[in-house]
Amino acid sequence: MKKTLFLGLASALALSLASPADAAGYAKQPKDVEWSFSGPFGTFDRAAMQRGFQVYKEVCAACHSMKLLSYRALGEKGGPFEYVKIGDELKHFDNPNDNPVVKAIAAEQVITDGPDEVGDMFERPGRPADRFVSPFPNDNAARAANNQALPPDMSVIVKARPNGANYIYSLLTGYYEPPAGLNVPVGQYYNAYFPGDLKAYWKGEGHAPKGGFISMAPPLIDDIVTYSDGTPATVEQMSKDLVTFLAWAAEPKMEERKRLGFGVMLFLGILALLLYGSYRTLWRDIKH
Amino acid sequence: MSGPSTYKPKPGFETWLDQRLPLIRFANDTMIDFPTPKNLNYWWTFGGILAVCLVLQIITGIVLAMNYVAHTDLAFQSVERIMRDVNFGWLLRYMHSNGASMFFLAVYLHMARGLYYGSYKAPREILWILGVIIFLLMMATAFMGYVLPWGQMSYWGAMVITNLFSSFDQLIPGLGTSITTWLWGGFSVDNPTLNRFFSLHYLLPFVIFAVVALHVWALHVPGNNNPTGIEVKSKSETVPFHPYYTVKDGFAIVIFLMLFAAFVFFNPNALGHADNYIPADPLVTPAHIVPEWYFLPFYAMLRAVPDKLGGVLVMFGSIGLLFILPWLDRAKTKSMRYRPIAKQFWFLFIIAFLVLGYCGSQPADGPIVLVAQIATGYYFAYFLIILPLLAKLETPKGVPTSISAAVLSSDKKGQ
Repeated sequence: MKKTLFLGLASALALSLASPADAAGYAKQPKDVEWSFSGPFGTFDRAAMQRGFQVYKEVCAACHSMKLLSYRALGEKGGPFEYVKIGDELKHFDNPNDNPVVKAIAAEQVITDGPDEVGDMFERPGRPADRFVSPFPNDNAARAANNQALPPDMSVIVKARPNGANYIYSLLTGYYEPPAGLNVPVGQYYNAYFPGDLKAYWKGEGHAPKGGFISMAPPLIDDIVTYSDGTPATVEQMSKDLVTFLAWAAEPKMEERKRLGFGVMLFLGILALLLYGSYRTLWRDIKH
Repeated sequence: MSGPSTYKPKPGFETWLDQRLPLIRFANDTMIDFPTPKNLNYWWTFGGILAVCLVLQIITGIVLAMNYVAHTDLAFQSVERIMRDVNFGWLLRYMHSNGASMFFLAVYLHMARGLYYGSYKAPREILWILGVIIFLLMMATAFMGYVLPWGQMSYWGAMVITNLFSSFDQLIPGLGTSITTWLWGGFSVDNPTLNRFFSLHYLLPFVIFAVVALHVWALHVPGNNNPTGIEVKSKSETVPFHPYYTVKDGFAIVIFLMLFAAFVFFNPNALGHADNYIPADPLVTPAHIVPEWYFLPFYAMLRAVPDKLGGVLVMFGSIGLLFILPWLDRAKTKSMRYRPIAKQFWFLFIIAFLVLGYCGSQPADGPIVLVAQIATGYYFAYFLIILPLLAKLETPKGVPTSISAAVLSSDKKGQ
């Protein structure tokens, strides 16, 4: 009886803890993608992260900043370029400042630094310690260049949206033909997964379609990037790679976290067994 | 059940110290030789669990404060720097944020146990009231802590909750506005607000610690209640706290830590809200502002009342009631084990509370409001009508004469 009570209460609590309803809006349920990083054993697929970084750099970075990341992070433990292929060998760099790939990525950027000893600002090539350079000097410039819409920073975007990885993948692959009868405003794009309310724009039969209008034009088209490893650059493939990269960017310590978690659980599990044994032994002769 | 001290200092240093500052005697009487009813079940382990929660929150919090910057321009970034660049910063932060949830989970179970077994009744009224004070302080601390990362939910949560006080304008025009301006340190939630919330968020845990000390003191005068609700009659009905309960509580604490670790290491953001990873923006209101899960039942009560001031009064009243609970429920029988009718109403109360939690998580429209109103009504009725009436009308069933008698009879049933 007592046990059932406890279980009942526990499950009721668990139900009440279930995450609050998704934000308002009537978007389609995001696609259920199988990610390398999901589940307690999941890790980031290194090759996918590298390809995803390429997509970010060549496509997304034109509008979206990643202000919370430094170039060195790319070469840190668990990062996409922690191991570098030199000749036929994968070489590991403990210090990302020595990592040739990271150095090269940073050096492509022009950083305004200073003031120097006479008080002038100057330009220099980027270093691994620099933060990712933003495409616009400030939010107003970003809005002005994007039809008044602000492209969100992508550093933690996977954590900043409910069901983030699936949502972003679905959004990127969800630019379907607008259903006949839907009046799409100029400069906006129909996306089935973007939260919105299309009732006012719907002239067709029945319910308004699910989804919303997004200010971002479909960013990916097949072969917009060329992968050096020969992977075909389909929209689906690029979206998956990009989301893997963004998931790492949002949670760079995930692998370390899960690894430590197993140790902690094992430790606590053994400790619990020992304590339970002690408890039973100690209380054996006590009627209670 | 504290009774005279049984501590016999060894000759030499212990005796010398005992005559000057009886620290060892104190530790012995409170944690080692403290006579504890031998029939406590696992519901009694949450006191120890809560002590662990508080200490973990204080330790992780102090280290986080070394790396956090309480400024609207830097707070969000400083939290992300903790996550990325501080050694084990991610562990500290996830322990602290999930620790708050675990703390509330444990405190709710602890309180539910107190309600079921009548732990608030004489001679433990002050023990109970101190507990309610701790609960209130915890709510204030958790609320201010949630503001610190300065994400969207931090900002808008702070906005909604501090704005509650503006409803006092309905009482005296200008009163509410003056209070919110005073709370904010300005005319909106802004940098002064964040600064003072950080200061208070650092202060209050130590206040909690002090009230916990009083709570433990108040526990050690009458001693523990127990599942029968019958006071201990002889020493044979007790066991020394150490090792009997240190080991049993230790086991429960470790099981609880495993649940805690499952969240921290494998699903650290499950109990949070995605919007709080978007930096605070005073110009963009989130589609749906929700507090942390542990405030949802009270949030639902707030929104169940159409009138703003009414909602505020109902919400605060729901906790205020707990202070006078020992005088609302005058039933002589403490434990609901022997109160078959009250027991049913207690289960309904728990269900109503969970339903309120669900209502609080949903947008406040349509049937949700009605459901929340019914559940709120039941919450108040439970304390104001049902318990006082049952104290007069209900006939307890099968109350044993002593803890020993209860243990013997449950032994027979078991065999």
